[in-house]
Amino acid sequence: MLLRHTSEEIATRSALTINPAKTCQPIGAMYAALGIHSCLPHSHGSQGCYSYHRSTLTRHYKEPVMAATSSFTEGSSVFGGQANLVQAITNIFTIYNPDVIAVHTTCLSETIGDDIPQIVSKARDSGAVPEGKYVIHTNTPSYVGSHVTGFANMTKAMVDYFSGKNGKKDKTVNIIPGYVEPSDMQEIKRLTSMMGIKTILFPDTSNVLNGPQTGRYKMFPKGGVTVDALKMTGSSMGTIALGLLTSGPAARALDSKCKVPCEILNMPIGLTGTDIFIDTLRQVAGVTVPDAINVERGQMIDIITDMHQYFYGKKVALAGDPDQLVSLVEFLVSLDMQPVHIVTGTPGKQFEKKIKELTEHLPCNVNVFAGSDMFMLHQLIKNEPVDLIIGNTYCKYIARDEDIPLLRFGFPILDRVGHSYFPTVGYRGGIRLLEKMLDLLLDRKDRDSSEIEFELVM
Amino acid sequence: MRKIAIYGKGGIGKSTTTQNTVAGLAEMGRKVMVVGCDPKADSTRLLLGGLSQNTVLDTLREEGEDVELSDIRKEGFKGTVCVESGGPEPGVGCAGRGIITSINMLEQLGAYADSEKLDYAFYDVLGDVVCGGFAMPIREGKAQEIYIVVSGEMMAMYAANNICKGILKFAESGGVRLGGLICNSRNVDNEREMIEALADRIGTQMIHFVPRENMVQRAEINRKTVIEYAPEHPQADEYRMLARKIEENKMHVIPKPIAIEELEQLLINYGIAA
Repeated sequence: MLLRHTSEEIATRSALTINPAKTCQPIGAMYAALGIHSCLPHSHGSQGCYSYHRSTLTRHYKEPVMAATSSFTEGSSVFGGQANLVQAITNIFTIYNPDVIAVHTTCLSETIGDDIPQIVSKARDSGAVPEGKYVIHTNTPSYVGSHVTGFANMTKAMVDYFSGKNGKKDKTVNIIPGYVEPSDMQEIKRLTSMMGIKTILFPDTSNVLNGPQTGRYKMFPKGGVTVDALKMTGSSMGTIALGLLTSGPAARALDSKCKVPCEILNMPIGLTGTDIFIDTLRQVAGVTVPDAINVERGQMIDIITDMHQYFYGKKVALAGDPDQLVSLVEFLVSLDMQPVHIVTGTPGKQFEKKIKELTEHLPCNVNVFAGSDMFMLHQLIKNEPVDLIIGNTYCKYIARDEDIPLLRFGFPILDRVGHSYFPTVGYRGGIRLLEKMLDLLLDRKDRDSSEIEFELVM
Repeated sequence: MRKIAIYGKGGIGKSTTTQNTVAGLAEMGRKVMVVGCDPKADSTRLLLGGLSQNTVLDTLREEGEDVELSDIRKEGFKGTVCVESGGPEPGVGCAGRGIITSINMLEQLGAYADSEKLDYAFYDVLGDVVCGGFAMPIREGKAQEIYIVVSGEMMAMYAANNICKGILKFAESGGVRLGGLICNSRNVDNEREMIEALADRIGTQMIHFVPRENMVQRAEINRKTVIEYAPEHPQADEYRMLARKIEENKMHVIPKPIAIEELEQLLINYGIAA
């Protein structure tokens, strides 16, 4: 009982977080930056920040995560980080030679007020940025928002720095996938190519953080959206942004900068989410949906109808990021499951409102908290037990103490593999989620059934 | 050793008053160290006869952690020990952090050690207590005694009251106390009475009224304190008097900052209405 001190009684807390359900902005910014081809993320702050960010990403993806740091000292905190960043830019282009350096700030450099564009222009004036190379930036103070905010900020920076118009409209659709796994980005590309749509997906971490073991190390793997592609995003005929929080800001920036109309959708997790995504793709690109996709959809519906009795009425507790949770909750409701406790560490009243709308017809009370923590989730579960927990690896402590099956979903997953290779978006992703939930629920049923109830066929 | 911090609104004459007072104490045979906590590094100019000093932070930046006391200390008028914190150029970095770094460094290097046989350490702090860094000199174990330089002008009094709020916060948890207000006259009507009344409301004293005198500017142009430049001048005696009053001061209080309405009423009573 590692969490044996968690009490049932929920006390009002105003200034205390216990076991956070989020992490800090630069992690999201670093992850997004890795979705640009030949890009080295750069953390403008002290070494500790960046080593935490790199190691958290490495533990989740089981891949080496490359990044650089301004390596602040006492002196840099007083005099500002200009000298360090200019030196870093010089060193990075000389030694590692990426196409892009994506700078994000940290709490320290934000608080002392370093002005990144001013420092970068200084570096450019001194000849530190070679012809055809780029330095982009975003501000990521960790005391604002969460890793989700950092991801959204860096994605928007890609638009701010690169998107332009070439004067004519291309038959291309921009897709901003949101804070999802490399496998999910791969799956989105698979679906759009099945529909015969030319797309620019950004950021794109597939083949960067889920690449094959070839025996040879490559600092900049072959995946990632190229700078040339990013420059073309302003000439696309439309943008589909998946996830209000993670992709909305970039999509809106692209709309106002280059007049590319955008559709901001929920993430394509589950039946309805994927249906809306596919249908929007069809309309924006003016294509028909191929039969092969209808077959995948039909398979998903088949599983839902075949196994509906095992989903029906099951209570679920969820922790994760807002965009994912919105789609997941919608999915669970469509399966006649009961998502009764929903917690995110990312602040935002909009989230609570959206979840309440999705669950208002459920025959049960639904607890939803934004800017909350795992401790709260645990207390809620103690007050009303559930059949399943869906959340990241940190939920395993609650799952163990309360003896509830855990479906690992979200960021970070530190103790299992698979998330980098098998998607949860699209119909195929939906099938995977259904399979995972069923495995957990039915294993539990097999374990707990009496000898009389124990069933061979389920 | 008594550690004293001087605060007050920007441009009120903190550095000038501090250095002249220190010169007075030095004349009395006291061993005094002045620590300038202003990025402009001009708090010891009159004692040193010019702005020629390596600041603590410049030295830290150039030499790394390997700084020696002799690199950053300089001897000024009558054996006073002068140190400048220094700080970033305007508009970049964090001056508050600079003060924290530099005071920590001085402590590590043993600038306050008993072996230095100091009678006084003066901190001359820039402007208002705008952030944690600028309150470093009054944290626990640093300066125990504070003087606020003020004049009869509204904004100077407002700043003095604000500084009292900062002191109050530290005084409640530690040993820091307000020693009094130093009125650096701007020739405002009823200035003496008004500052005495303000001091009274805050619960302290006006320790000295320094009259306005052109000799101060003349000495400054010559990079000297009045005591050094014109030792016979009556203004030199004013600073000697202030030095003696500080030496003998026993009134150390926790200030009671007043409400803004009360402050404005004070101005009306003594300023406009009088």
